[in-house]
Amino acid sequence: MQWETVIGLEIHVQLATKTKIFSGASTAFGATPNTQACAVDLGLPGILPVVNEEAINMAIKFGLGIDAEINKVNVFERKNYFYPDLPKGYQTTQLEKPIVGAGHVDITLADGSTKSIRIHHAHLEEDAGKSLHEDFHGMSGIDLNRAGTPLIEIVTEPDIRNAEEAVAFAKKLHSIVTTLGICDGDMSQGSMRFDVNVSVRPKGQKEFGTRTETKNLNSFKFMEAAILKEVERQIDLIEDGGTVIQETRLYNGDTGEARSMRSKEEANDYRYFPCPDLLPVIIDDSCLEKLQAEMPEMPDAKKARFIADFGLSDYDAEILSADQATANYFEAATRASDDAKLSANWIMGELSKSLNQNSISITESPVTADMLGGLIKRIKDNTISGKIAKEVFEVLWQGECSTADEVIEKKGLKQVTDTGAIEAMIDEVLASNAQQVENYRAAPDDKRGKMIGFFVGQCMKASKGKANPGMVNQILKQKLDG
Amino acid sequence: MAIDASGVKKVAHLARLSIDDDAVEATAATISSILELVDRMQAVDTQGVEPLAHPLDAIQRLRPDEVTEENQREQLQSCAPAVEEGLFLVPRVIE
Repeated sequence: MQWETVIGLEIHVQLATKTKIFSGASTAFGATPNTQACAVDLGLPGILPVVNEEAINMAIKFGLGIDAEINKVNVFERKNYFYPDLPKGYQTTQLEKPIVGAGHVDITLADGSTKSIRIHHAHLEEDAGKSLHEDFHGMSGIDLNRAGTPLIEIVTEPDIRNAEEAVAFAKKLHSIVTTLGICDGDMSQGSMRFDVNVSVRPKGQKEFGTRTETKNLNSFKFMEAAILKEVERQIDLIEDGGTVIQETRLYNGDTGEARSMRSKEEANDYRYFPCPDLLPVIIDDSCLEKLQAEMPEMPDAKKARFIADFGLSDYDAEILSADQATANYFEAATRASDDAKLSANWIMGELSKSLNQNSISITESPVTADMLGGLIKRIKDNTISGKIAKEVFEVLWQGECSTADEVIEKKGLKQVTDTGAIEAMIDEVLASNAQQVENYRAAPDDKRGKMIGFFVGQCMKASKGKANPGMVNQILKQKLDG
Repeated sequence: MAIDASGVKKVAHLARLSIDDDAVEATAATISSILELVDRMQAVDTQGVEPLAHPLDAIQRLRPDEVTEENQREQLQSCAPAVEEGLFLVPRVIE
């Protein structure tokens, strides 16, 4: 039987505000437990929440970024349930009137095709605290620093058909929220958390199968692995005559194991009602116009511009436009080097290799865009070869010098382009390899191309890599072919 | 609409309220009379009336995104029954 997978995602995105959604406590990550949890976050009696304007603005920007309708009348509701990391006994969230209505996010797949994933809506809500289950004499420890951190929960339509599309969507969403500057995008710190709804159905069937929900996946890799595993589990189950039950599942990224969460004794009954502590938030046209004017260039537009203005390939443009920091670096390096293609190659090659090896982000790179641009300039004007350039890059990376010119000067790496000097060196190489010269001259034309590589190698070695390889090739040919 | 004894017990559990067994029937009757009033209100034709989110005819004031609450942990935890390493301690929870 041919199976089709149907996937819908719910994504919690922590907004990059300085303070909580309903209180003036800081949202900075990594603080000592409970030092950023004030009376409002703790839900003490007599408190009154006041909405953070910036959280509203950031949610609106997200809506504008995905071509969505913005709801002008916003109502906050109470979602009632009991859990120790939610001391109020309810989560303040939105239900009937979410701030962001229907929109779409377009993804590009590995084969170059594109697909539009519909967004059902996105609503504003508050994050909960954290429970630490390590042993505190048989008790749990609660840290409420995260309680009240503003979130938008983004809900997709069930438009995703496999793990590859889900990952492409997640990466695109990451690119959108970081470009907008509404989220720091740091998934290891829980800034974006994915819930994955998965079901399978026989290919061609219209009705959806029963779905399961795997919660709180905080890396693209874990999300992909969790989907692949769950799809396989459901298909095996059905083919063995079983049925999928609707349940919440947990996936452990470290062990690669998935399991059912202990099923709740009774179905959720959140008894939503409008929060009496909060008045409706009205978004007026002047606010929308102001935010529209502040919108940065979105990744799709940026990609199109990189292709049109810089002549980049679709693939290069996709990678370089994906996050704001990389795009900025690329544009700055291109300004400094006046060569977009070489800049793109170096950023996606040497630079990203070094960044990965050292696990640092592009904004922390010891080689700045200006430094890389200066280096590329010297490749372009033939001061150094591409091979020497890698050496120069390494020196810049180690922080020994601050410009490529300084490295070239200090280490004497300037390429030899003096014809006389190159000729003299070639003569020497030919003289000390008389047998190979004889072999070469005896060889038929079609074999010679390969054989000349030996001489080029010897010359480059003799010059310690500094001879201009193009000139070496040309002069060698003249001398050997007579 | 009316509520029976099992409905009262369920709602009480959801709200984490304890009700003595011998008070359940009386509570069911009281709540049922409130629900009767709701039924009468439901009968009113509300076609074309905007749902009311808040009884005050006012809109929410917004707050600038500035830190105004500094660390008050010591004070706030002084009324907690158990704390350790800055954490509130609660009966163990397993998901």
